[in-house]
Amino acid sequence: MRRSGSGLSWERGLLLACAGLVIVLTVSIIVFISTKGLATFLVNRVSPAEFLLSTEWAPDRPAEQGGPRVGGLPYILGSVAVSVLAVMVATPLGLSGAVFAVEVAPRWGQRVLQPALEMLAGIPSVVYGWMGLTVLVPFVREHAGGLGFSLLAGFLVLSVMVLPTIFTVSADSLRALPPDLKEAAYALGSTRWQTIRRVLLPAARSGIIAGVVLGLARAFGEALAVQMVIGNTRKIPTSLLDPVTTLTSAITMDMPYTVMGSLWNNVLWSMALLLLLMSCGFIVAIKLIARRGVKL
Amino acid sequence: MSRLAAALVLAAALALAVSGCGGGGATQPEEKGKVLKGTITAVGSTAMQPLVERAAHRFMQAHPEVQISVQGGGSGTGLSQVAAGACDIGNSDVFAEEKEGIDASQLVDHKVCVVGMAAVVNPGVTVDNLTRQQLIDIFTGRITNWKEVGGPDVKVVVVNRPKGSGSRATFKKYALGGAEEVQSIEEDSSGAVRRIIRDTPGAIGYLALSYLDGSVKVISLDGVAPTKENIVTGRYPVWAYQHMYTKGQPSGVTKAFIEYMLSAEVQTTLVPEMGYIPVTEMKVERDWKGNVTPR
Repeated sequence: MRRSGSGLSWERGLLLACAGLVIVLTVSIIVFISTKGLATFLVNRVSPAEFLLSTEWAPDRPAEQGGPRVGGLPYILGSVAVSVLAVMVATPLGLSGAVFAVEVAPRWGQRVLQPALEMLAGIPSVVYGWMGLTVLVPFVREHAGGLGFSLLAGFLVLSVMVLPTIFTVSADSLRALPPDLKEAAYALGSTRWQTIRRVLLPAARSGIIAGVVLGLARAFGEALAVQMVIGNTRKIPTSLLDPVTTLTSAITMDMPYTVMGSLWNNVLWSMALLLLLMSCGFIVAIKLIARRGVKL
Repeated sequence: MSRLAAALVLAAALALAVSGCGGGGATQPEEKGKVLKGTITAVGSTAMQPLVERAAHRFMQAHPEVQISVQGGGSGTGLSQVAAGACDIGNSDVFAEEKEGIDASQLVDHKVCVVGMAAVVNPGVTVDNLTRQQLIDIFTGRITNWKEVGGPDVKVVVVNRPKGSGSRATFKKYALGGAEEVQSIEEDSSGAVRRIIRDTPGAIGYLALSYLDGSVKVISLDGVAPTKENIVTGRYPVWAYQHMYTKGQPSGVTKAFIEYMLSAEVQTTLVPEMGYIPVTEMKVERDWKGNVTPR
């Protein structure tokens, strides 16, 4: 009200409307997925324990043969395995790259390394999937054994895809550290390696962890590239060379064939809800980590 | 800034236009004189999509006032959209009665053509024929090495389509007698299945005859080859109708288009060209329960 005369009012209104629209969109997506996803448990009376812990998946089996069964455990474990392994590969690479780009060779890092990694983030996931299918899968089949379609191929493709996220966030948080830290460490006689390891990395820790969690969230939600190389087999993997399946690939593969409102369709929405809850969890984790940053 | 705003407005307008076409699909029953006029939306089976698209293209050339939009989305989507009245034609590879959650009594079935399905293997597998029981044993995981059926000493790798796929449903019902398949590799499209079978030693899967291109080996079932002659006479059992469903009897342009799909023009040119079998040539008929009767 106070500013109504200053000529800012309609810009303010426009910005407020846009911000409001974003909130309405988010809330309506959450409400929609929740109502669809909870129907499995509320309408079809499937117990959440079966969905989360059973390995038996036969949503089309008639009731006379003991169906339908909608155990989602292989999907959940597959998603977790693929994403965690991908992040375990990508974190050392991304973090070393960030240290190199910020502390060791900042000119080269900024001119060459950063754009190169940013370009990785821009490649569409279908391209990663296609390269995985035509290059990585035959390579794994010939040199490591198995069918090629495997957990191994899945997390290798994913690790390249989450590398830029981990790199960028880590590099930004290293770059944002106050210069006094480094100067003080050198003044005390630390070598460059000691400064990086004992001072700079711990100081940037919260930012680095946020980057890793962000990478994990990206890995968890990735659908297409993973689906093309993991073989989509519903069983719990016992080796890196076993084919696996993930929540996202179940949704993308089965959704077109199911009828809206049927149990099968509802279970796919429950999987989507689970993915949504996971990413909400990741976001909350990032917020907590960011808040708990090292006091300077 | 203003250019950005213009771009946003344009994008919004486009989005509205697109969603408008997809949702409404208002069929205008205007058959005054000879000019057909109106819009048709056909949604569903990706297996039928290329055929319907080519036929729609020809139909629109003959009737410039008609606008036909053909979309994929899968058989389940096609059936539920047409049952909900959201599109004019629902394309499906399975009978509406077979899909859970569809009220088939509201829908009218128009069988457009027939597609045969063959078991196919990697070219390195020296087996040409399997009995029904051997095929079932392979797909249910009881036979795990090709030497058990007279082939080389190579492990069997089963490649499936996703659980809800129309091709998989057809193969399971008519080739495997409904037996539940072993956990296996699943691939989203027939193209991917063909590629994997070609590249993976010991692989077996199934493909619609329209997808055979010589790169994978076709298996006869109980000594009967999956040829057009054997399918039309009912000797080879693994085939499915390609259905176009309408909600109630079709009228106006939708009726005209479905009649066109069944006309000699489409049935004798497009249908065989794209690897399907014209429904008019079938000497047997099948209902949704699988009972086969001579026509």
